Amino acid sequence: MFDPLWKLALGLITGIIFGILLQKGRVAKFQVIIEQFLFRDWTVVKIMGIAVVVGAVGIYALLPLDAVSLHIKPLVWLGIVAGGICFGAGMAIFGYCPGTSVAACGEGRRDAMVGVLGMLAGAGLYVVLFPQLSGLLKSWGDAGKITLPEWTGTSPWLWIGGLALVAVAAVAYSLRGRSGATHPVPGKSPRRQRST
Amino acid sequence: MGNPLQSKSWSPYLVGVGIGVLSWFTFWSADHPLGITTAFEHTAALAIQAAAPGVAETNPYFQEESPKIGWEWMLVVGVLIGSIISSMTSGDHEPITVPPLWKQRFGSSMGLRLSVAFWGAGLMMFGARLAEGCTSGHGISGSLQLAASSWVFSIIFFSVAIGTAFLMYGRTGSDV
Repeated sequence: MFDPLWKLALGLITGIIFGILLQKGRVAKFQVIIEQFLFRDWTVVKIMGIAVVVGAVGIYALLPLDAVSLHIKPLVWLGIVAGGICFGAGMAIFGYCPGTSVAACGEGRRDAMVGVLGMLAGAGLYVVLFPQLSGLLKSWGDAGKITLPEWTGTSPWLWIGGLALVAVAAVAYSLRGRSGATHPVPGKSPRRQRST
Repeated sequence: MGNPLQSKSWSPYLVGVGIGVLSWFTFWSADHPLGITTAFEHTAALAIQAAAPGVAETNPYFQEESPKIGWEWMLVVGVLIGSIISSMTSGDHEPITVPPLWKQRFGSSMGLRLSVAFWGAGLMMFGARLAEGCTSGHGISGSLQLAASSWVFSIIFFSVAIGTAFLMYGRTGSDV
């Protein structure tokens, strides 16, 4: 029922840092999430993109030292596709994702607090339907706990290098637009330039 | 410069680097990826077990999974505390029920906003459990491990969210 105390404390400290980062990153705000999906605000993509590239470099560098191990979720096709559709629609309707809605509660946002209750209801529905769902999900194909490099027979560093190049190019493009150089980025309103 | 906690926002790039480095720490220290939704599933399962022990006995979920108050549960509590600390120190406190963008499109009814938030969040969480992950578990932690499942999930959820947002707000002219 309970993890050991040191592990609970470790989770709490990690969570506090994560919560501060989410709040300071402005992703605990309805407006920032929705405007990302409307291509008016790129905060969510910037944060997620950089986190993925920085995280990947560290995890794949630590892997040969046996300091970390991978935790890959299985590619259960029906679960991933149906889950992705429900998640994407639900997130756009709600206006927060699971982690940022918890952070939004910390800002005092009442719609996020009600959403947390809705998330508990959704999780409860999954638990209650688990006997029916678990059989159904497995019947549609399970590619297992596979990574993109394994899937394609390539080196992970090829993928990480590619992602890093895309990230550097995107950051350079974005910063050039912001500094008001000769080629301003279309759609960047003055309001956003002040806020970034 | 002063205390960085007093600042209302940090550069998204800096926050991205911070989350990336934090994920190194979680894999190394707790052997866990950053993820939020497992804690919700376990909380709901524990509540069902307490409220209806008969249902729990016949449901194989409780034999296959062991819901608990663990690292991931405390992570969620920590996110709330961290956000409160960050929000209080910077004065970025927004006790609102109907966000302005929503109000502009759907009116100022609190009942409408709260019921849609409840069902939207429920649908989102149900999807997260079908796929075994969310924006943190798949979108960040899974993608950075180059998991095939996480990249497929992320591409689908982002595309569907874009489509849904344009259907809902596409006719709303400009920024609020």
